[in-house]
Amino acid sequence: MTNTLLIIILLGLMAIAYQLGVRRSQKVVGGPSGVRALHSLPSYYGFFTALWTGLPALLVLLLWVSLQSGVIRDLVVSDLPEAVRSLPDAQLGLVINDIQNLAQGNIVSGEVSPAMEQASAHYKSLQQTSYAASFVVVLSLAIMGLTFGWRRIAPKYRARNRVEAAIKWMLVGCSTIAIFTTLGIVLSVLFESIRFFQIIPISDFLFGLDWSPQMAIRADQVGSSGAFGVIPLFVGTLLIALIAMLVAVPIGLMSAIYLSEYAGSRFRAYAKPLLEILAGIPTVVYGFFAALTVAPFIRNNGELLGLDVSSESALAAGLVMGIMIIPFISSLSDDVINAVPQTMRDASLGIGATRSETVKNVILPAALPGIVGGILLAVSRAIGETMIVVMAAGLSANLTANPLQSVTTVTVQIVTLLVGDQEFDSPKTLAAFALGLLLFIVTLILNVVALHVVRKYREAYE
Amino acid sequence: MSKQEQIRTMDRVNATLKQRYGRERRFRRFGFFAVLLGLTFVGLMFLSIISKGYSAFQQTRILMDIEFTESIIDPAGEREYAVLSSANYAGLIKQSLRALYPEVKGRKEKRELYAIVSNGAPLVLREKVLADPALIGTRTQLWLPADDDIDMLIKGHIDRTVPESERRIKDNVVAWIEKLEADQKIEKFFNLTFLTGGDSREPELAGIGGAVMGSLYTLIITLLLSFPMGVAAAVYLEEFAPRNRWTDLVEVNINNLAAVPSIVFGLLGLAVFINFFGLPRSAPLVGGMVLTLMTLPTIIIASRAALKAVPPSIREAALGVGASKMQAVFHHVLPLSMPGMLTGTIIGMAQALGETAPLLMIGMVAFIVDIPGGAMDPATVLPVQIFLWADSPERAFMEKTSAAIMVLLGFLIVMNVLAVILRKRFERRW
Repeated sequence: MTNTLLIIILLGLMAIAYQLGVRRSQKVVGGPSGVRALHSLPSYYGFFTALWTGLPALLVLLLWVSLQSGVIRDLVVSDLPEAVRSLPDAQLGLVINDIQNLAQGNIVSGEVSPAMEQASAHYKSLQQTSYAASFVVVLSLAIMGLTFGWRRIAPKYRARNRVEAAIKWMLVGCSTIAIFTTLGIVLSVLFESIRFFQIIPISDFLFGLDWSPQMAIRADQVGSSGAFGVIPLFVGTLLIALIAMLVAVPIGLMSAIYLSEYAGSRFRAYAKPLLEILAGIPTVVYGFFAALTVAPFIRNNGELLGLDVSSESALAAGLVMGIMIIPFISSLSDDVINAVPQTMRDASLGIGATRSETVKNVILPAALPGIVGGILLAVSRAIGETMIVVMAAGLSANLTANPLQSVTTVTVQIVTLLVGDQEFDSPKTLAAFALGLLLFIVTLILNVVALHVVRKYREAYE
Repeated sequence: MSKQEQIRTMDRVNATLKQRYGRERRFRRFGFFAVLLGLTFVGLMFLSIISKGYSAFQQTRILMDIEFTESIIDPAGEREYAVLSSANYAGLIKQSLRALYPEVKGRKEKRELYAIVSNGAPLVLREKVLADPALIGTRTQLWLPADDDIDMLIKGHIDRTVPESERRIKDNVVAWIEKLEADQKIEKFFNLTFLTGGDSREPELAGIGGAVMGSLYTLIITLLLSFPMGVAAAVYLEEFAPRNRWTDLVEVNINNLAAVPSIVFGLLGLAVFINFFGLPRSAPLVGGMVLTLMTLPTIIIASRAALKAVPPSIREAALGVGASKMQAVFHHVLPLSMPGMLTGTIIGMAQALGETAPLLMIGMVAFIVDIPGGAMDPATVLPVQIFLWADSPERAFMEKTSAAIMVLLGFLIVMNVLAVILRKRFERRW
């Protein structure tokens, strides 16, 4: 809360700085009538002063906030008794958590020892010192910036160029967020994965046929050896994705063809947005639909036919995922079909082909690369889809191609491994990051190939 | 070319014509059928969810004679807050139930009888007494919430005709309820608790209020972060960036991020925001930051399209009268492309509102009863609440889940309609 207050004060200071800058710029040229003698408009001098006031102070505040908790933690730990300091990381974390809770007046997990009381008092005082110091440092920096900016104002001073340069750097900074995000994803999953591969050999992970991530917590525990073979997960993922594609590709492609080649403009105007509703429905809703409506329906009908259907069958999850992907396929195909030049249609119709012959022999071959690209993107979507499979597919890693049985997927395992209690050095938790890395690489390859194909194709007709 | 040959070609065409027209009709019908099937799926989903969920907006309540007996609530007669707030209000309800059914004897049966009223009913009495201590010693009639099983029975989700052993509610309880029905002491009311309350283990007390507030805080954070950053990135890439390898890299990155599975963003949030920066788990702040990274590509792509749609003549005119490049963009191009950018942002926000998987990774799945009061409080969001309830075994939670989905879809429809209106009203064709 103190930081919020500080930010509000800073914003207030910036507003004042703006006014001061404007006033001074007018004053140095002898009142508002002399503005023509200024290099820039008065408001630029205002912005210039405000930027000098706010930017350095905000940057320092940001740095302070991000470093504060770590530094305080280290200081508190260094004051703890030797016996506590030499605890393993996880237990030390618990102790520190308790100290923090004690300092905030929350409930503590264990008994409160005098040493902990002392540590929490220390923690509290450090925190207060830190807040006070940040207040003083940030505000004095802001006022220093203000005076600095204010004193630079002169008729010949190029305030507009300075302000514009600063804005441009901010724009550049925002545009690099995408790169930092990718980098962050790669680094965060890579580091944990490397730790995982130090415990479990990478060949066991990639080619193992067994997946049972339970690790023995105690040495004498029964039945939890821990096997991390990813093949059954991948087969399950691909099986569900395949079922989804079998549903989505024919329906999506045929709807796109019908809507762009046959349908009247009124029908198209209503049917297209209605179909696109499917794309806007959250995946958790599909998951609920799959688990409570489709799966029981399939199981009951399977029983009537004398089939043994699991209540978490791959078929239910795949079917619903297919429904989810229909609008994705249909809108992408619609784009590429519309990109085929009208002259090609006219030529085909002109030599006597029917509409369906035109579609089959001219439009589809011409649009094929784009459609394939769209399908690849849809496959990448199906592989990465989480909620439907978490809710409707099973947890047991069966290595099977039978759509009536229960299979599990990569995303389901990531969720089950990371939701709930976890410790950050067990291979069980680290396995989730290894799976994440695998998922990222596979979808990345699919996306790069698909985007390349789609773009190349689009350029061919433009 | 002789005349004979031409006739022969015509004959060949005519011979296959019927077949070809047949194929044409079949192809056309097939396409129509595909569209119809897609629309059927839309209809089916809405139908199945609405038919399951509409009844959750009603709640069964029982009319009870409550005597606020002083000896039970406040034997000392001091009317102190601590005494009043921890008094045995459940005892009042039990007393009233015993008076209603004097024939019920035996511990087991009595326990069954007490269970027809919700666990939350004593809290209702407590609030009434705390608000007005003068009630003590008086007698009033109150509509108190019934237990979720009774609620299901009244709404007809439990079939009274099946054998007793296959039913959650036994015959003796059904008889009590039927007596209440005959006396018109059991009715369905509009369920305000569902819209305003926090989560609960008891279906009849559970509400989406906490989840809606959590979603609101998360979305505010997402909007505050992603809109300025997205627009700034789009402006730079579209208006200022030189065409070189660096900007190509940025572009490829943005397009790829738009297709990265959402759960991977959750892993990023867990590893970077929570483990590295030490931000609190389950906080809307972290959720908003993760969703920002997810929606940024959507906003950037939409904003770039909006900027592209502004004709170059606008920029040239501004530059021609002496504006700097920055002034041309910020004074002329940006305002003209704002409707398109806002539309893209609303669509991005709608996506963020429906997102579940990454939020599971950063701990927004906790069971949280309190309604969050800020962006740092532990919270859950609407889709995660749906996921949690969908896992609950009680029949009553299925109804709640469907109703929560209806609320979520309602928000999404409003946002999308807003985007369409914005586009229709402010979009300019050049």
